[in-house]
Amino acid sequence: MQKITRDVLVEKAVSLLENGSVSCVLGWKKGEFDYDITPAVFESKEELVSDFIFDDFCGANFSKYLVQKTRKVEGKILVFLKPCDTYSFNQLLTEHRFDREKVYAVGIPCEGMVDIGKIKAITGDGISSIVCGDTIKVNTIYDESFDINAKDVLLERCINCKSKKHVAYDELIGEEGEVIESNRFDEVARLEAMTPDERFAFWQNELSKCIRCNACRDVCPACTCEKCVFNNPKSGVENKAPANEFEEKMFHIIRAFHVAGRCTDCGECSRVCPQNIPLHLLNRKFIKDIDSFYGEYQAGAEVGSRAPLVNYTTEDIEPCDVFERGND
Amino acid sequence: MQVKEYKPLIVAFCCNWCSYAGADLAGNNRLNYPADVKIIRVPCSCRVNPMFVLRAFQRGADGVILCGCHPGDCHYTSGNYYTRRRMALLFSMLDYLGIERERTRVEWVSAAEGAKFAATMNDFAEKVAALGENKRLEDLRCKK
Ligand code: SF4
Ligand code: SF4
Ligand code: FES
Repeated sequence: MQKITRDVLVEKAVSLLENGSVSCVLGWKKGEFDYDITPAVFESKEELVSDFIFDDFCGANFSKYLVQKTRKVEGKILVFLKPCDTYSFNQLLTEHRFDREKVYAVGIPCEGMVDIGKIKAITGDGISSIVCGDTIKVNTIYDESFDINAKDVLLERCINCKSKKHVAYDELIGEEGEVIESNRFDEVARLEAMTPDERFAFWQNELSKCIRCNACRDVCPACTCEKCVFNNPKSGVENKAPANEFEEKMFHIIRAFHVAGRCTDCGECSRVCPQNIPLHLLNRKFIKDIDSFYGEYQAGAEVGSRAPLVNYTTEDIEPCDVFERGND
Repeated sequence: MQVKEYKPLIVAFCCNWCSYAGADLAGNNRLNYPADVKIIRVPCSCRVNPMFVLRAFQRGADGVILCGCHPGDCHYTSGNYYTRRRMALLFSMLDYLGIERERTRVEWVSAAEGAKFAATMNDFAEKVAALGENKRLEDLRCKK
């Protein structure tokens, strides 16, 4: 389904590597199965040619990897960024999390990535091979084959893609895109319209699935503290799988609040959650509230913008008026 | 067996410079407010991070109220402006998760407003009492 091919990216990476402009490349590599693409660092032409992948499973956002990588690597790092990834890139720059000079960012267009969970819901387990394209061809070990329309199995974040525009890059492959209208707040509004009891039941059902693997935290480009309260045994909230109603909610409230105003809605948290918890509905609630209380704000749209929670005006809405402001 | 009369447990975070003094004044003036309001003094309303509020609920609070200087009067100039944003978002999120919105409140009480302090606490305690015990955000293991 992607308009640009792997070969174009490999060619670009090889030429930059060979002329010495960059010393390594952050890219996608095939994992154990066709669909579990993992982020990887490539240091040579041979590695690139044999292992580099770019297809409809390349959802992974590399921005966060730059925080560690730029400190370790001599010379520049080449990173490929989809439009949504560039927002995280800018947000990290705003927070001074890595040195811009050490990165060579190549913007690449994206037609939307697919969700293996949705494919498996159709095919069942036992996938032996997948061939990407507008029609995804899946074979299973039970000798079944499926033709699936890629548009039907997009990742949630791609269905509600907010921008095809790259907000940061050194070089762009393909054409400049636009910020687009999305319906990403519809689901939040649907929940807001429910009664508190219904909302409580909805979230209890979702959050009790959480196994506290912390993957949503680990992947989040807005969560880059070196020491995290959730790793600290002395914090009293380090517990693994949530044992009760408090813990279920506490982790998610704190996680979402911690990134409130800085979350770019990149969608990585929901993508990686093994339990398919719709974490984006928590993040977007904060984004929606921020937009309606303090004016529209898109984290990462520009470097250096001041996040809403570290800012204020003397005219801000009072907490007691929040519910009157058509927030119901 | 005797049935205990239900009284809500309320945690009130009060900033040192205004609201705590306001509570003091309420006391000096012999104004009544429920004894189940437990005041926690904080240097400034913006000292209260979201975890404090959640922690109070975890340990069995039925309602949490945060009191600080009136906007513009914060002893540290702007602390309560940050509080205002944080708590507006946090409480809206709690509501979104189905935790009754009447259980949380922010109120600005100055050192001269002893009467407002007492009236606020009475009103808040009454609203929380009407909801009954907080079951949605408590940790049963913390129950004595
Ligand atoms: S909270 Fe989720 S959507 Fe927001 S920046 Fe982090 S990973 Fe991306
Ligand atoms: S990724 Fe999912 S299961 Fe893991 S901690 Fe986050 S919400 Fe819980
Ligand atoms: S000192 Fe009272 S709110 Fe800051």
